[in-house]
Amino acid sequence: MKTTRTLPLVVQAGAPALAIGIWAVWSSAAGSIYFPPLTKILEAFQQTWLFDRFASDLLPSIIRVGLGYGIGCLTGVILGFILGRTQFLRDMTAPVLHFARALPAPALLPFMMVVFGLGDGMKIGLIAFGTFFPVLLSTLDGVRSVEPTYLDAAKSYGISRRDRIFRVLLPASLPQIMAGMRTSLALALILIVISEMVASTSGIGYFVLQAQRTYQLPEMWGAMLLLGLLGITFNAVFVLVERRSLRWYHGSRVTADQQ
Amino acid sequence: MLNTNPTKDVVSAITAADTATPVPSPAEGSHNILESRSKTGVRPRQRAIRRYMAGLAGVAVAVVVFQLLPLTGIVSQETFPTASEDFTALIAALGTSVFWAALGDTLLGWAIALLIAVAVAVPLGVAIGAFAALDWASKILIEFLRPIPSVSLIPLAVLVFGISQTSAVFLAVFGSVWPILVHTIYGVKSVDPVATDTGKSFGFGRFSRLRLITLPSALPYIATGLRISAAISLVLIITAGLVIGSPGLGKQIALAQQSASYASMYGLILATGLLGWAANSGLEAVERRVLKWHTSHRATGNES
Repeated sequence: MKTTRTLPLVVQAGAPALAIGIWAVWSSAAGSIYFPPLTKILEAFQQTWLFDRFASDLLPSIIRVGLGYGIGCLTGVILGFILGRTQFLRDMTAPVLHFARALPAPALLPFMMVVFGLGDGMKIGLIAFGTFFPVLLSTLDGVRSVEPTYLDAAKSYGISRRDRIFRVLLPASLPQIMAGMRTSLALALILIVISEMVASTSGIGYFVLQAQRTYQLPEMWGAMLLLGLLGITFNAVFVLVERRSLRWYHGSRVTADQQ
Repeated sequence: MLNTNPTKDVVSAITAADTATPVPSPAEGSHNILESRSKTGVRPRQRAIRRYMAGLAGVAVAVVVFQLLPLTGIVSQETFPTASEDFTALIAALGTSVFWAALGDTLLGWAIALLIAVAVAVPLGVAIGAFAALDWASKILIEFLRPIPSVSLIPLAVLVFGISQTSAVFLAVFGSVWPILVHTIYGVKSVDPVATDTGKSFGFGRFSRLRLITLPSALPYIATGLRISAAISLVLIITAGLVIGSPGLGKQIALAQQSASYASMYGLILATGLLGWAANSGLEAVERRVLKWHTSHRATGNES
């Protein structure tokens, strides 16, 4: 029946549209200075970010978070693999890693500021540090939960050690690694914003706090909107990459669920 | 008589490996992934002792590194005091009322934020999971609102609530609502339809089914969401203290950094880490007790 197929789509698309509509109407009518009309916010957004401050603020932020996230993920995966294969190293590092995982990463910002100064390197380092631990722990989890039969079968087929790691271990532990990288992405965004708010003279975080301090409220809201869009975009890209690289995993789970 | 049937052992070994499911269960995060698998030939008690000693050795190495790093001049001792200086500063801070007041503020804010988040997210999640129309309506909204970094709301919080505990709680609530909501929805949707059908055929109404069958079945998922949210909430309360200056440990860390009392700063960071660790362990222990009855927590997951 046609109605039962289109009704969900209508509601799915209609509800957010309605929410935005309510926001637009209410913000124009309420006249509160803290909540400027949506039209003004969009105007300020277009003026600031397309493309006036694109190079001076948006690009540096993206580069910092990209570099920090990349470095953190890479080192996390590599170390996770090393630790995952050696029981003794795991036992030794267990308490320290549990503590480091429980430590809220933003608490390290003052430490980084004091020891490494206020430059780009500090920010990238902080993000890498914050990204490193969730990825390390989920890589560990992934490597440990790989079916030993896979590795034994590979070994008995005479597959070289290098191939065993890259073509058996890595794909098998990828779902867990991806889960860790997803958590780290959220943390990386938090860290770039606060490090720019506290210790920077460029970047979106710096701009949004400046706008708030100088009571330029449409610009502030515009920057907040940009941050939200950034979060949504990064997440969407991540989901795309995850879906592509874990196609076999999702497929096998669907089959398993259907049985 | 000797066991002359080796094939049976091989078959049972293979089928035993087969039943190990790679799909993560909701309680998965709560077990210690750093624990060893059982090795033949070494008794459990010896293994546990060996593991404990190795862990202690690891901690000792870390402390020694932190002690020596400033002394050897690799990092400046002014900005990176030795471990012993940091510890002494922490012990000294424990004697001041300022520290305990700040700790109390942080804990209070964290608890209030978590309570509000649960009060909002669980009923909403159950409603969305149970009623298809709500699911459709909220789908895109959740997908778009969820990835927004909660710290981007800091300027708004400061404007509306000022430099107060309320801003911190506001921020923490926004960040912690999403994991609980998403996990609750997933948990409600994952309820065994046979169980709900059985309830229906016994004459239970919709709300009774929700209360007696759906909600208990979804509890492990909700618990996982709660554990994630607890960590996020603590991070955001501390962050609010650092960036905004709302009362709590975060503010104390920022103050120590600004007044160049670096040993206190490191001591406070250590205290924050210990707080996070204690909170996480505590929640895991509570979850284990309360959810003892659920299949995902039972020792042998025998599915027949």
